[in-house]
Amino acid sequence: MATVTLTINDQIRTVEDIAEDTPLLWVLRDSLGLVGTKYGCGGGYCGACTVHLNGLPVRSCSVTAVAAVGAKITTIEGLANEGLAQGDKHLHPLQQAWIDLDVPQCGYCQAGQIMTAAAFLDANPSPSDADIDQAMAGNICRCGCYVRIKQAIRMASDGLAYNAMDAEEQQV
Amino acid sequence: MNTSRREFIKLTGVVGGGLVIGFHLPTGAETKAASLNAYVQIRPDNTIIIAAKNPELGQGVKTALPMIVAEELDVEWAQVEVIQSAVDYLRYGSQFAWGSHSVPDNWIVLRRVGASARAMLVQAAARQWDVAPQACSTQSGRVSHPQQKGSLSYGELASAAAGMPIPGDDQLKLKSRDQFRLIGQRISGVDNRAIVTGQPLFGIDQQIPGLHYAVYEKCPATGGTVKTANLEEVRKLPGVSHVFELVGNGETTELMPGVAIIANSTWAAFSARKQLKVEWELSDAASDSWTQTQKRARELAAGNGEDVVVSHGAVESALAGAGRSHTAFYAYPYVAHAAMEPQNCSAHYHDGSCDVWASSQTPQSALGNVAGLLNIPTSAVTLHQTRCGGGFGRRLMNDTVCEAAAISQRAGVPVKLQWSREDDMAHDFYRVGGFHALRGGLDEEGRVVAWDDHFITFSENGKSPSRGGDMKASVFPVPMVTNARITRTQLASGIPSGYWRAPGSNAIAFAVQSFIHELAATAGRDHLEFLLELMAMPLQSGAKLDGLNPERAARVITAAAEQAGWHKPRPAGTGLGLAFYYSHRGHVAEVAEVSVDKNRKLALHRVTVAADVGPIINLSGAESQVQGSVIDGFSTMMGLELSIEGGRIQESNFHQYRPLRMPDAPQIDVHFLDSDYPPTGLGEPALPPLAPAVGNAIFSATGIRVRELPLAKSGFSLV
Repeated sequence: MATVTLTINDQIRTVEDIAEDTPLLWVLRDSLGLVGTKYGCGGGYCGACTVHLNGLPVRSCSVTAVAAVGAKITTIEGLANEGLAQGDKHLHPLQQAWIDLDVPQCGYCQAGQIMTAAAFLDANPSPSDADIDQAMAGNICRCGCYVRIKQAIRMASDGLAYNAMDAEEQQV
Repeated sequence: MNTSRREFIKLTGVVGGGLVIGFHLPTGAETKAASLNAYVQIRPDNTIIIAAKNPELGQGVKTALPMIVAEELDVEWAQVEVIQSAVDYLRYGSQFAWGSHSVPDNWIVLRRVGASARAMLVQAAARQWDVAPQACSTQSGRVSHPQQKGSLSYGELASAAAGMPIPGDDQLKLKSRDQFRLIGQRISGVDNRAIVTGQPLFGIDQQIPGLHYAVYEKCPATGGTVKTANLEEVRKLPGVSHVFELVGNGETTELMPGVAIIANSTWAAFSARKQLKVEWELSDAASDSWTQTQKRARELAAGNGEDVVVSHGAVESALAGAGRSHTAFYAYPYVAHAAMEPQNCSAHYHDGSCDVWASSQTPQSALGNVAGLLNIPTSAVTLHQTRCGGGFGRRLMNDTVCEAAAISQRAGVPVKLQWSREDDMAHDFYRVGGFHALRGGLDEEGRVVAWDDHFITFSENGKSPSRGGDMKASVFPVPMVTNARITRTQLASGIPSGYWRAPGSNAIAFAVQSFIHELAATAGRDHLEFLLELMAMPLQSGAKLDGLNPERAARVITAAAEQAGWHKPRPAGTGLGLAFYYSHRGHVAEVAEVSVDKNRKLALHRVTVAADVGPIINLSGAESQVQGSVIDGFSTMMGLELSIEGGRIQESNFHQYRPLRMPDAPQIDVHFLDSDYPPTGLGEPALPPLAPAVGNAIFSATGIRVRELPLAKSGFSLV
């Protein structure tokens, strides 16, 4: 049994008395009530449980909480605070694009899709369609919302590019 | 509640159509909202609260149904706040999500709900102004009158309106189509903001005080019972509070035998389960082998079926006398629902009553299931409707709800029962596989004169086909062909069957619509022209169409072909394929565009869909349903198959059962044809035509006819 102190969405959270092999997913969901991160397969196949560890997308079902100690963890609940101002100032551009394009059907996989897309756009703000396909291939959407997910990533990346351009112009 | 129909009518002041408008939504003091009927509450600030009655599993009814109310109520969508209703037959009539029923069943009812509330608000305004209500008009949640300065908001009028008599259906004037302002618009789903910010919407997200975490181990071969289990050993494991066996009631849809483990976290329960060792008694367990079943079906294909589903004309002599004839054998496998939210339910049994928090497509049935199982009155069961993380028919069955309730009752604590993905794969109610031995005859002009389908399906009870495993007598083109017959053979099976998106159509469409193309090719004729000719043939005496409207069918077929550029010349190695299917009241035609190389590497580039489902309620949601159906159809036909040996499903997770991913999704062009027929649902009808459209496109591109699903079995893979 272990006590772990985690940095989640810029907050320090301590969880006591968990088995050392407890995946981060279940600590988020059961111990901390952060249920936006979803259980889908438990094997890292579907991507529903994707969170950021130091800005990189990881499957929280396949990383133990103990291994996440010391890392900066971001979940879907904390994504909005990191977002750039666009449309709704509280939302990340991807979240806003997801609403504007009415992406979700059942919605269950979407937190994982958005977290994967957010880390991807951070690394590659102006992706091609093929880049998007490759980045998102690890996330299953059983409802088949792929067409709109791709459109929303494109919309958000265009918005990011516009914001970046705007910032450059202001600097000039 | 035992209320006679007469009392019921007296109580509600409503007679026909299942409109239960006399009940009012319970209002919370904090909302200060006035309740006009079971669906509509209005706050003083003119916020309109509309209750969504049916389960939401991604089909969009939590948005579309309230849109219907809001349209007749004459309010702006921005004013509307949607809440999920309670499960309550007296207030809401039937509440369920299946068969693409929500829109057609509730279209008129919900328009009256909105119009009735509007009429009461107008009455209240007319009384305040002392004018005739007929002279008042409404717009954007306000009532105005030509002689009055200014207007009154619904919020100002609501509490007076709540006291007005409820108008009868005959007094309500519903809008004409040209007066619709909201219906037909693109409206983003009402839960989208909560979804993208990770709010607790789903069954799995519910957190009840004092919750314990449970898992339930059942025999991987359905019907097996617990012989021995190391309960004492498991009880000592970290975090474990209870371990016990349940014998169940023998109903696969309720409670089968197994071992429950309750712990202080999901992970503790999952971990303890790894140490559980159960020896199963298998004498009554399923023993199906898919390998053996396929062999048996091929042997049976040469003969006719045991029962005649439909027969007219003289099929055998027509086939014998036909100028040309053609035969083919089609096969498709068992498939799983594999919704993204693994089955789960929270339950709290206390003091003779039970609360459940469940993602269910049939919440009203769940009340009865739980009550019967726990031996308590139905009125003692409360189901809290949550958003469902996908359904596709899986959540029609309330087995998980029953298990959670039984575990809570036995342990005396509130529990969240969590199935693993492996449980979800092993204990589904599967879409049964099936086989079609088809024979067709053509006359000298290449017209279809004979059609014979020996349909081989499954039966769990030895009497009737498995759930979703029957074939209707009305499946096109049978009603139009002079000499036509469907016979049926049922193979015994112990694998639990269920309804899977577009049941009775989802795979039959592949066999039937592919074979029509085969006959067109045999006749050397253009598939489009051949299909339209067949659709225009007269209905045979005694045959039924069961809702298929040949004119609507011809329109969507023609539209899909035109939009896809059917007659344009195509490069080698590419092909277009056409298919039509009528299911769940929807007429849908699809054209698939594929390219295939010599190594059978396949790419589905584009799917053009033309659908006639009457007026569209939410254009965004409707288009999304079609896109999802196309992708679901392609995903399933490409690579999904369950191997079954020893009565056990061999695929355990998404590394073996592999739904389509983004890189393989096609471009999808959706065309809704305008029609004045009543609006119908879109959860299902766009799925069945996809598989035959793709199969026909592969034939057009390569000359290779695919008669077995998934395509992976014939060596096809995605580029």
